[in-house]
Amino acid sequence: MPGLRNPTKERDEAMKMKKLINDPFAVSDELVDGFMAAYGADLIRLEGMNVLVKKGFPRLGRVGVVVGGGSGHEPLFIGYVGHNMADAVVEGQIFAAPSPDLSYAAAHAVNGGAGVLFLYNNYAGDRLNFDMGAEMAKADGIDVRTVLVWDDVASGPPDQPQLRRGTAADVFVIHIAGAAAESGAGIDEVVRLTEKARDNSRSIGVALSSCTLPATGKATFEIGDDEMEVGMGLHGEAGVQRTTLRSADETARMMLPLLLKDLPFKRGDTVNLLINGYGSTTLMEMYIMNRAYHRLLAEEGISVHRTEIGNFCTTQEMAGCSLTLLRLDDELMKLVDAPASCPAYTRF
Amino acid sequence: MAAPAILTPADIEAWIRLMAQAFEANMERLSQLDAALGDGDHGTSMVRSFRAIIAKLDAAPPPPDIASLLRLAGMTLLSVSGGATGPLFGTIFLEAGKQAQGKSQIDLAGVAAMMNAASAGVMARGGAQPGDKTMVDALAPAAEALARASAEGLDLATALAQASAAALAGAQATAAMPATKGRARYLGERSRGHEDAGAHSVALIIDVLAQVAAQPQAGSTTTNKGEH
Repeated sequence: MPGLRNPTKERDEAMKMKKLINDPFAVSDELVDGFMAAYGADLIRLEGMNVLVKKGFPRLGRVGVVVGGGSGHEPLFIGYVGHNMADAVVEGQIFAAPSPDLSYAAAHAVNGGAGVLFLYNNYAGDRLNFDMGAEMAKADGIDVRTVLVWDDVASGPPDQPQLRRGTAADVFVIHIAGAAAESGAGIDEVVRLTEKARDNSRSIGVALSSCTLPATGKATFEIGDDEMEVGMGLHGEAGVQRTTLRSADETARMMLPLLLKDLPFKRGDTVNLLINGYGSTTLMEMYIMNRAYHRLLAEEGISVHRTEIGNFCTTQEMAGCSLTLLRLDDELMKLVDAPASCPAYTRF
Repeated sequence: MAAPAILTPADIEAWIRLMAQAFEANMERLSQLDAALGDGDHGTSMVRSFRAIIAKLDAAPPPPDIASLLRLAGMTLLSVSGGATGPLFGTIFLEAGKQAQGKSQIDLAGVAAMMNAASAGVMARGGAQPGDKTMVDALAPAAEALARASAEGLDLATALAQASAAALAGAQATAAMPATKGRARYLGERSRGHEDAGAHSVALIIDVLAQVAAQPQAGSTTTNKGEH
């Protein structure tokens, strides 16, 4: 818009930041354009919106699962619409919650008369905006429920999980919600299973470097060349401990107990394990961290059912990675083992 | 000629257009306030939103009734502002619009009801109470001032002038408060000494309405852009 921006300054900032983008204010729209060109065969984009819906929806009598949040964390959430995963995704601007008109439209698009689940990460802006969209949909007679993901142990005390941020546990929780809905479960049952998956997930991360925002070109936080911060948030929110960089084994030994004591996970438990890269950390590093976690968990008598390693929930080019553990029982295991197929995650 | 005792649809449209001008004039100041405690985009966010509102008003014959005008403003704020601003400022106009449903003009009692609904709506949505260093610290005093003025049988222009003064005082009072809501709460004690940008936007909104009500006839423009 004229008068609000300085194109020359922006171009200079963008070049320092060194990203392959066009207009920094158009990144969200353009990433959705590109995503649809790649993966849009089975998706519909709602007119004039960054809202994607599976073709064939709404399905009469079937619960609809809507996920979403700010963009900038790809493939979260855009890549998680698919079979036994989400049915629709609502994309906000970079790191910004999607406005209520978007989630309202998504609720209508997946409403088969059996209820709609809004499933997203626990951030104040997201709650405000999704709650309003839910109210608008409810005023039209749609039964909208909400489940928030709040797996990050570093962002709040164990007895107040509603203060905690949502992070990479999304992958498991979306899978379980999607598989439950696809199996024909009613909305109360889908909510129960999704909350159970959420309640049995814990995550903790370590950040090694910051990232830059396309619109500003500025780093989201400062951290020294030889430092790391345990518990740092996806948007650079302060963590619980800043230290000098440790080895992978030492870092794993620091981080795992913070998770284990939180649920608590006990000897004899079975878990799914997920290592999530924040964007610029190599698979090499994540495999080495996984080696450490598997050894430590074996010492604790906790068995790992499945391991997932990759960039599931990134923050631009931030360096670091997080660990997520999901404690399994029979019904969660059955759901999380259901074949899943979406651009970000395919498992048989 | 005395200031009118009622607001007409033309007055409400004038209010919206004057708010847009006022936000343009105060954009830098609001962003500076916000930069101290947040990410510094409050001013640009409000300007962007009001430009979109004006574009809608200019694109088609404006809605003829007060409720629709307010709903247009509220829904546009909701979809354009982004972040927490959209739902919170959108709620002001959406709740006010609900109070105006079916009315072709609003008297002081009606304006007091609108402001009360806006204040209650924002508190319910955002969870903030007076004293939390938010826009509520301007909105709640304004609603109370209007309710008192209405009960005392004052005229509309005087009542809104009192509400405007209360809103401004409330916004200025946020400087001494520590932040408990939003991103600013991570600053703790360091947030003292800085006024809340959202509270200032509320004070601006009410001040512009007071200016409209003080005009002898509906829809006349004013040269005072309400700089604080």
